[in-house]
Amino acid sequence: MSTVRIPPVLRETVGGSRTLAAQGATVDEVLADLFANYPALRERVTDAGALSPFVNVYVNDRDVRYRDGMATPVGPDDTVILLPAMAGGAG
Amino acid sequence: MSPATQLREVSAAEALELAASGWRILDVREQVEWNEGHIPTATLVPLADLPSRIAEVAPDRDAPLLVHCAVGARSLRASAWLIQNGYTHVASLRASLLDWRRLGGAWEAPEQLLTPAQQRRYSRQVLIPEIGQAGQRKLLDAKVLLIGAGGLGSPAALYLAASGIGTIGLVDDDVVDESNLQRQVLHASDRVGMPKTESARMTLSALNPETNIVEHRERLDADNVERLIASYDVIVDGTDNFDTRYLLNDAAVRLRKPVVHGSIYRWDGQVTTFVPFEGPCYRCMYPTQPPPELAPACEVAGVLGVLPGIAGLLQANEVFKLVLGVGETLAGRLLMFDAMSTDFSEVRIWRDPACPACGEGTIQ
Repeated sequence: MSTVRIPPVLRETVGGSRTLAAQGATVDEVLADLFANYPALRERVTDAGALSPFVNVYVNDRDVRYRDGMATPVGPDDTVILLPAMAGGAG
Repeated sequence: MSPATQLREVSAAEALELAASGWRILDVREQVEWNEGHIPTATLVPLADLPSRIAEVAPDRDAPLLVHCAVGARSLRASAWLIQNGYTHVASLRASLLDWRRLGGAWEAPEQLLTPAQQRRYSRQVLIPEIGQAGQRKLLDAKVLLIGAGGLGSPAALYLAASGIGTIGLVDDDVVDESNLQRQVLHASDRVGMPKTESARMTLSALNPETNIVEHRERLDADNVERLIASYDVIVDGTDNFDTRYLLNDAAVRLRKPVVHGSIYRWDGQVTTFVPFEGPCYRCMYPTQPPPELAPACEVAGVLGVLPGIAGLLQANEVFKLVLGVGETLAGRLLMFDAMSTDFSEVRIWRDPACPACGEGTIQ
């Protein structure tokens, strides 16, 4: 099982968890496993079945856009990071 | 050792005569004092180093030595030690080096990059090898623009002003609200309702009257962005919405201005540095602008007071490195921190060849 880090803006969709364990050998499979358990998360970060372009996905510290995208392999010791842009600041 | 040798203290006038007649001059001050000016023919041996270095510097114990420090105290101790250790002709200058100079004694001083007041004020950071007088001069000549005089801008501005950044511009069209005071430490209870730029100027000018504070009491938009950033060296992005961040990014890439990015949400913060055409820009990282609901303002989401404090100071740290040209900035790295678990981590960010702002199709 790999570890998935949930960004603060999306934690409400997974019951407040900061990290979750998920199964799968690729980013696609890991996210599918996650979405099966947390449909609210799927609603927030997918668009017509695909991951929304404003959510970056990293396996460990590497952006999957510069690897094999959703087919990027994920090992059991890897951490998948979902990272939408964050804008808060001046307030 | 010659028991007849007497410790001799001399005036500046006598010292000039001794120097003219060929006495060797030993300066027992510290290196930092030497750096600020010294007698060109003197040899520097700080008092504490005398026992270990004197044999190498003055092997002949009968050769005459004129010892001086700044005012005569350390040189007296050094002279007593030298006599005890067998030196036969030792004179200690009991006067101030200013007297030596007043009487026309030879003197060599480096070009002064800082005024005496600046040397005193910034002495603790001038001591740092990577800064020194030249680095402090760079800070004093630097112009830094803060977008937002709020949560992130407050700590950044305070430390930038304190360290002697010469010009700090503040872009904010908001007024101080009571609910800001929990984290926006530039402002104060008796300034509720005052424009934030004005409140910031009061605080920063009190902290460092030498800093030139420029108020831009307006909201960054497509019409003013290039005018606002054009005359600054570094931009600190502490805004609270995606529209402004993308607008700023695109203008900064066009004008080649480095942007230090910070954002916060409840217990989490992110900081990185965008250096146009050297590292990725904001659009390389997030090509598509997210919907506004992913950037809930602090008044909706809530924010812990220290969080913008931490993020804003990390941004100020980036500014120092950019201005001084030292160290490694966060260019190409997104630093993420989680205050709840005090965890810092990084992901790598890359320049995107297809980036609409700085990619291969754009003018460089």
